[in-house]
Amino acid sequence: MSRSDVLVDADWAEAHIGDPHVVIVEVDEDTSAYDKGHIPTAIKVDWKKDLQDPVRRDFVDKTGFEALLSERGISNDDTVLLYGGNNNWFAAYAYWYFRLYGHDKVLLLDGGRKKWELDSRELSTEVPQRPRTSYSATEQDRSLRALRDEVIDAIGKRNLVDVRSPDEFTGRLLAPAHLPQEQAQRAGHIPTARNVPWSKAANEDGTFRSDAELRQLYAGDAGLDFSKDTIAYCRIGERSAHTWFVLHELLGLPNVKNYDGSWTEYGSLVGVPIELGEAR
Amino acid sequence: MSSDGCGAPSGGVSASAAAGSQPVVEGRVVRQGAAVSTGYARLLGTGDEFVAEVPLGDDGGFRFFAAPGSWTLRILAPGGLRAERSVQADYGQVTTVDVSI
Repeated sequence: MSRSDVLVDADWAEAHIGDPHVVIVEVDEDTSAYDKGHIPTAIKVDWKKDLQDPVRRDFVDKTGFEALLSERGISNDDTVLLYGGNNNWFAAYAYWYFRLYGHDKVLLLDGGRKKWELDSRELSTEVPQRPRTSYSATEQDRSLRALRDEVIDAIGKRNLVDVRSPDEFTGRLLAPAHLPQEQAQRAGHIPTARNVPWSKAANEDGTFRSDAELRQLYAGDAGLDFSKDTIAYCRIGERSAHTWFVLHELLGLPNVKNYDGSWTEYGSLVGVPIELGEAR
Repeated sequence: MSSDGCGAPSGGVSASAAAGSQPVVEGRVVRQGAAVSTGYARLLGTGDEFVAEVPLGDDGGFRFFAAPGSWTLRILAPGGLRAERSVQADYGQVTTVDVSI
């Protein structure tokens, strides 16, 4: 797999507006952004209402994913082009879902909504109606997802990449700096984790840095051993989906998992080790 | 304002938060007197280290809950418009930075 197999630019997206085999899907952190204007023909997926289990802390199961895609008019043969705000955090998160449930014809729009807006490209408020399909998902590919016990077992053995901001990593903040800080769980990071903020993988316009820059960032600057398996985490698993996309999809590392429980789970567990301050 | 997960407030942020004890950096972006509702505010640390980014709200507003300290605020808007300001954040204080681009 190479970059061109998973990532397309805005010109490609523009050329495929109206393509019957390409479904453009917006997934945003601000779930109202779509309503203010979206790429023409794009449909909306709400990362919270549509992709999360409404009761348990888990994401939508296979049956729920099938029901969602069927209802939105996405078929197994469609190419799905995902984009979103906030440098594609939640679009990358949705991309990870599609891959988990076996949809391989999925692409991410480089730069997402931000670059589209900064380029002054067309936005539409028209909401397309797609005919219902009968989507069939595979069982969840657990080789892409880490759960808490696996993460604890990975301490000191695998690459643990904490992609939050340095202030969150060291324990000075519990959440990104654009959100209130009223959460109650412990601050810090998983011992032996290396802090490579997701933002270092992106340019100012939200596009991904070049493969050479990304390799230097992770293998050079952060000292990750690419021969080892890797688990990425953040606070709730969406920023780490961005880094999972970089490591697994762009750089082609074979064994990379996203820990979607992330710090909101780990930092609330009883009895697990936590480090404060800089990486040791 | 919701802090559930990483969900941003509906419609983007609006200026005029109650700070409580948190350091808050907020403001509005205008161009020729009108709110700039399409654009981004980025909060950067030393050496342009990325800290946070928010889309501008309908009123051109942005808000950050930052750690105390000195920060750089950078505004990006369509048409290659940019602006940059130095800001200071302190506990219990709302630092207001209005930017004309």
